[in-house]
Amino acid sequence: MNRRKFLNGYLPAGVMVPSFVNGMGFKAFESGHTFLNNLLLPGGDNDRVFVVIQLNGGNDGLNTVIPLDQFGKYANARKNIFIEESKVLRLNGIENVGLHPAMTGLQQLYNDGKLHVVQSVGYAQPNFSHFRATDIWMSASDSKQVLNTGWLGRFLDEMYPGFPIGYPNSNMTDPLAIQIGSVTSLTLQGPAQPMGMSISNPSSFYSFVNNQIDTAPNTYAGKELTFVREMAKQTQKFGDVIKLANSKVTTQSPYPTGNSLADQLKIVSRLIKGGLKTKIYMVNYGGFDTHSNQTVAGDTSIGYHATLLGNVSNAIKAFMDDLKFQGVEDRVIGMTYSEFGRRILSNGSSGTDHGAAAPLFVFGARVQAGVSGTTPILPANATVGDNVPYQYDFRSVYASILSNWLCVDSTMLNNVMLKNFQELPLTKLGTCSIMKPVGNPDQLIVLYPNPFHKKITIQFKSAGGHIMIQVMDASGRLVKILIDREFDPGTFRIDFDGEHLPAGLYYIRFQNQVMQQVKSVVKM
Amino acid sequence: MSTERKFQAPPSLNPYTGPWDNEVVKHLLRRTMFGAKKDDISYFAGLGRAKAIDQILDTSLPLPAPPVKEYAVGNAAMPDTLIGPGETWVNDPNNDGTIASYRRASFKKWWVGNLINQDRTIRENMCIFWHNHFSTETNDIGNAQFVYKHHALIRANALGNIKSLVRAISVDPSMLVYLNGQNNNKFAPDENYAREIQELFVIGKGVGADFSEADVKAAAKLLTGWRNDSNKMESYFDATRHDVTNKQFSAFYGNKVIAGKTGATGGDIELDEFINMLFANSEAALFLCRKLYIWFVYYKITPEVESNIIVPLAKIMRDNNFDVKPVLNALLGSDHFFDAMNRGCQIKSPVTMMIGLLREFDVKFPTEDMYATNYGLWNQMLSYFTNLQQNLGDPPDVSGWKAYYQEPGYYEYWINTDTLPKRIQYLDALVTSGYTISGFKVVVDGLAYVKKMAAPNDPNKLIDDLSAHILGIPISASHKAQLKKDILLSGQSDDLYWAAAWDLFISTPTNAANTKYVTTAITNLIKYMVDLPEYQLC
Repeated sequence: MNRRKFLNGYLPAGVMVPSFVNGMGFKAFESGHTFLNNLLLPGGDNDRVFVVIQLNGGNDGLNTVIPLDQFGKYANARKNIFIEESKVLRLNGIENVGLHPAMTGLQQLYNDGKLHVVQSVGYAQPNFSHFRATDIWMSASDSKQVLNTGWLGRFLDEMYPGFPIGYPNSNMTDPLAIQIGSVTSLTLQGPAQPMGMSISNPSSFYSFVNNQIDTAPNTYAGKELTFVREMAKQTQKFGDVIKLANSKVTTQSPYPTGNSLADQLKIVSRLIKGGLKTKIYMVNYGGFDTHSNQTVAGDTSIGYHATLLGNVSNAIKAFMDDLKFQGVEDRVIGMTYSEFGRRILSNGSSGTDHGAAAPLFVFGARVQAGVSGTTPILPANATVGDNVPYQYDFRSVYASILSNWLCVDSTMLNNVMLKNFQELPLTKLGTCSIMKPVGNPDQLIVLYPNPFHKKITIQFKSAGGHIMIQVMDASGRLVKILIDREFDPGTFRIDFDGEHLPAGLYYIRFQNQVMQQVKSVVKM
Repeated sequence: MSTERKFQAPPSLNPYTGPWDNEVVKHLLRRTMFGAKKDDISYFAGLGRAKAIDQILDTSLPLPAPPVKEYAVGNAAMPDTLIGPGETWVNDPNNDGTIASYRRASFKKWWVGNLINQDRTIRENMCIFWHNHFSTETNDIGNAQFVYKHHALIRANALGNIKSLVRAISVDPSMLVYLNGQNNNKFAPDENYAREIQELFVIGKGVGADFSEADVKAAAKLLTGWRNDSNKMESYFDATRHDVTNKQFSAFYGNKVIAGKTGATGGDIELDEFINMLFANSEAALFLCRKLYIWFVYYKITPEVESNIIVPLAKIMRDNNFDVKPVLNALLGSDHFFDAMNRGCQIKSPVTMMIGLLREFDVKFPTEDMYATNYGLWNQMLSYFTNLQQNLGDPPDVSGWKAYYQEPGYYEYWINTDTLPKRIQYLDALVTSGYTISGFKVVVDGLAYVKKMAAPNDPNKLIDDLSAHILGIPISASHKAQLKKDILLSGQSDDLYWAAAWDLFISTPTNAANTKYVTTAITNLIKYMVDLPEYQLC
């Protein structure tokens, strides 16, 4: 039994709140109210909201977060579409990367301390199919594993067991999750049914009279009938609370027009401020499959991809401004993601083909501003198959948000994520529990000889705990997992026999607790 | 929780030998023709199983005339003034962006017209099947002549040979635009089509589909050099852009090497060899048969279904060199297709639901000569489809609609808390008030429908007849009794109350109060039925 179930099951309603916890008044904490809530309502029963922005199509990460410290290699690989160095937007205190010139809104958020960039997010054995890669991100599976539930669906199922039977109730009066739009996402798929609700217009729901319910036959038809009935029931149950929440907010700070992402986030802000206890909001913005003409010839800072990124950036900035205006900005963080990044080398159509890892953004007033990870290692003469290798498993980002924002305990985290993932310092210290500060990753691993012929030695520093060392090839494919187990603190060495490998560029990825490092080696 | 769901009989492709009654005919028609028209039910019931399936698969009927100009040119820079109103535009290579957008709209409306006016075959259904399979978006293609040409290709081959269709699609102008084939050249290969032809069109992503990234790259090289000529409205091969190196494929394709070819015929020769290689792989027929099964039967492919249905069906497909007709003949005529377990278990697509309603109630549209009004009315149906997430001509992406590939819900992805109320709203609109364009109203005429029944003055038979006709799963006797009492008898308990009202309506339609009562009761009854979750199934 986890703590939440314990509390839900055994604490009488209206239990008195102790005014001191461990002898400390909660004013001593930066966000005492939240801290107290977390002690009383562990496992995510707090007022936190998480917003997921899906960028459909595979966003070109290298033209979004531009590697200034490898600018020559970047420009060489992308002669027809690279962003001129002088136009790249700079981030306060950051030398090695900058943002696409259209993303002034996100630049501002970064400089205000409300944006975190995670570099090279991906997974081992990247899949290049839109729908398979999307499934992997939504279900949080391994590359070859097929999961029929979504990661947030599993989270909500843990939080609200038995849903939809017995809901709404006094603990949860509102939809568990809301997807803006008319589609249903695998992300919110629970073990038995979708855990979220899709809405496109929060001010109107067509109401239909429910009818006599005949027993559903024990056939496929009966299964589908039960599903349709359940959707009808939920529409009726939750339609009214959404309308009410939506109607409570009459003033919002300005949003850009002609920007469908902004339109969606505007609804999200209204529903949060309107008082819904809904934990998860999902929005979508498509068109990132930029195989051709992603920039305008002559000025690569404008064009199709620039418009997309500009809209994303302006929408998020307006959303953040509005959350502040509504006085709820401390309750909300959001994340962008796309099913994959794109190839290092641009193609002949002024576009880019399906690739592997890419940066993603985490935003919010409670986010710890910064850039996690180094810029991707780019080859001097990129070839068509070269990919950005991943530094961070995307599930590390998920796990960090669940653990350090939604304050999910370790048992529940394991049930949702299905295994352990490194946690990243995405949110401010003390948001849930104290995170260990990140060490300087400069010399976590040392590789020699490099280049190598047969054997390479990897010397690594362990801070104690779980360590993983992987070898990947230039296209991002996993060649071998060298180490995947617990270590004591100290310095260790392992040899890798690469005699059988074809000559070329390889990456060694090291991961220990919140730290990771990727270095390149050349096999002769 | 529930006991295991079991098929009535072990899955088998043996021909169905049970009774050929209205129940089985309705099942066949709902799955192949968007709703069962009453006339069609009696027609097909009279044919018997074998002839009924032959009729469904008949390809001798003429193809519809192409879409026509029903738009005003507005302020287009290069208006197509040489094309008269009501004449077709499909052979006129106008490249004006504004005109193209009008023409794409004209094409989409015309498509709806074909759905409504379909003949007694599976052709319209197969057009959407292939549209979903070779998913393209008119908005991305842009050029309306290409859009029509692509559709005409699918339409002409809807029941033809899959292999030659894939061959033609590979150099089809629309596909060359949509998946960047026209930009794919030896200097900078573009892998978009090379990947999708394997992953989405022929080999799939089944357990045994193990083509590699190297296969994608080899195929991209092989497919270099194809270009579009918008003036001639066709594609052509440019040998100077073609990669003439040898293409090495992986062990999945038997380590086949396709030799690079020079000259004007190089692209065709290599493409033929490539298509042969793809279809020679055993995954091809298995993948295509699974897609047909999910489309026509149910999305759950149990191990039993895989071994007893998919595998033998794939053999039929290969034995017939990828002709689709023998495959559909075996599947749609099979014992398994009519198994009680497989009836009523599909959630209707938006097109199936909306077109089905129009057909079930024989909703009237203007005569053919009033093309402008018709196109306007058809356009309203398009908006319904689009709002319900089936924008005909513009699926979400190259994978097609989620209902046909997304685990675990499949058809269930059509329905959520946003689309379900909209479905009911649109059905209600058509049943109650209808919609009007240029003075013509499209609405369900419930009275005309009920008048054709055998005993409309018997409220029990009326409800039996209506519910059996349109509901995917029957409702209970007590449910029907409640309906009768609440709606037809206005809370009374004597059946004569309805009989008297109906008979008076027939004899004295000028009795305004009674006619209003009967009309309202019928409208409410139909509205109630189509609002039932049972109506969402077929």
